[in-house]
Amino acid sequence: MKVLRTILSWGVALLLFFPLGWLVLTAFKTELQAISVPPLLFFPPTLENFTIVQERSDYLLYAKNSLITSVASTILGLALAFPAAYSMAFFKGKYTKDILMWMLSTKMMPAVGALVPIYVLAQGSGLLDTRTGLVIIFTLSNLPIMVWMLYSQFKEIPGEILEAARMDGASLWQEFRMVLLPLTLGGLASTGLLCLVLSWNEAFWSLNLSAAKAGTLATLIASYSSPEGLFWAKLSAASFMAIAPIVVFGWFSQKQLVQGLTFGAVK
Amino acid sequence: MAYLKLERIEKIFGETRVIKGIDLDIRQGEFVVFVGPSGCGKSTLLRLIAGLEHINSGTLHLDGRDITNLPSSKRDLAMVFQSYALYPHMSVYENMSFALKLAKADPAVISDKVARAAKILNLTEYLQRTPKELSGGQRQRVAIGRAIVRAPKVFLFDEPLSNLDAALRGQTRIEIAKLHRDLGATTIYVTHDQVEAMTLADRVVVLRDGLIEQVGTPLELYDRPANQFVAQFIGTPQMNIVAAAQLPALDAVGALGIPAGGFIGLRPENVILHPAAQGLLKGTVDLVEALGAETLIYITTAQGAQLVSRQNERTPLRAGDAVGVQIDTEAAHVFDAKGRIIRTGQTHETPTH
Repeated sequence: MKVLRTILSWGVALLLFFPLGWLVLTAFKTELQAISVPPLLFFPPTLENFTIVQERSDYLLYAKNSLITSVASTILGLALAFPAAYSMAFFKGKYTKDILMWMLSTKMMPAVGALVPIYVLAQGSGLLDTRTGLVIIFTLSNLPIMVWMLYSQFKEIPGEILEAARMDGASLWQEFRMVLLPLTLGGLASTGLLCLVLSWNEAFWSLNLSAAKAGTLATLIASYSSPEGLFWAKLSAASFMAIAPIVVFGWFSQKQLVQGLTFGAVK
Repeated sequence: MAYLKLERIEKIFGETRVIKGIDLDIRQGEFVVFVGPSGCGKSTLLRLIAGLEHINSGTLHLDGRDITNLPSSKRDLAMVFQSYALYPHMSVYENMSFALKLAKADPAVISDKVARAAKILNLTEYLQRTPKELSGGQRQRVAIGRAIVRAPKVFLFDEPLSNLDAALRGQTRIEIAKLHRDLGATTIYVTHDQVEAMTLADRVVVLRDGLIEQVGTPLELYDRPANQFVAQFIGTPQMNIVAAAQLPALDAVGALGIPAGGFIGLRPENVILHPAAQGLLKGTVDLVEALGAETLIYITTAQGAQLVSRQNERTPLRAGDAVGVQIDTEAAHVFDAKGRIIRTGQTHETPTH
């Protein structure tokens, strides 16, 4: 039974990992090796794809755009979600539950449904193909999840502890900084990490609202599946370079991420 | 001169008026206990004084200053919560010094004050521990320590003992009384336990449905209740209430002047048992509770009234035995149909020599 379970879990893990592993392998092949039949598992690796990708489309610019937009949207998102979640968790009103549901419901609508108005708005305000525009849209699309995550973390904290701080003479800011923040640091970190990953991986809005100037790594990948035909090796190299930073990042922060997502669920 | 003055305080939650206009003067150094059944508004009233809830109407003055609309942090009050509400991420020392640190007190003064409070509360050896590493009683003492370190104008206690087991509760109650005697600080203490109210208070405020039923010293409430509610709320076991219709038409009873639909109230110690066929009423023993120092005997009279008698002697009586019941009519309180007091019974005070 135990053996079966081990085999099964390894099987599922490998299945999930396979596309990613294949992508990495392909990134180090020549274009010819990449489309050879049967597929090659062993081959002399080459770095030429990476050189070409960097030459043709300035990888570092896209990487910079990705880094700036995801970090900025995370910070902005936390700054907005923290007080929102605070008031909903500790000063529950008649409509708090409804507002929370409404916020979540915005994630149920397909993003493409809002594409035209958002595009027109971005165009009208000169935010098309700017990092500012992307930061705003990333922040807005992650905000419901961030508020929910922080809300459920704040719910774990007895309100009386904050009241005790107020009785002790703490101002609102001191209450945040000296009591609430230290108590929710883990949750705050995991919320931030998740938001960072989501923003980094975001493709729909960056593809539609940005191009050469503010394009993120997602747009870089997409540019390799162009009308000139598919170049598998270069596409793989570009993808590999796009996802490598976030995979490494995710690897080191996975404990935090998992903890944040299951916070309150298991207790 | 009132130190803390409540005038026509009201609180409305949604559509419900939970505090319906409270007037109360509290003197400096006084220990006042708010007591009442659950839902009477006693905790809400405390939270209004603390500034944790907004006062809808009325005014609150502390030491001559209007604090009605001041935030909690500016009122100079300290509160001990039922759940203790210690800061889990801070050591005992940090918990106790937090308020002083916020007030930017001199570090030397802080450590001196914390050390003194810790000594009073036997917490000296636990100062570096976190709340998680303490027992319930120790946490309770840290919560009290956090309050006394600040030397606030008023101490507020919100049912501080209800999370402790019975033995510890009694012990901590005595410690709080001692602490108040030593510090002489003005204190407001909320509890649903009338024993705590009777033993700790200089004055007890009995609340019901957001209104004050009576304010007085513990013995005033016991001896001269303003109405049937207070009479029954104060004292264990409860005061016996007997409807006029359940009493025999004797001269002694007639002299009490019970109005139609009225009641008499009798403390259990004023219900005296005799052998069957003696006394005013006939009754049957339902239950005997022998507590050692005292004995409680539950009786149903021939007229259907339920009575409890308390006596200091032990009894050979058993459930089902017939007894005679003598009522000390001098000590009987008389209430009208609405429960208002009409006649206050005489108490047998210890003669002074």
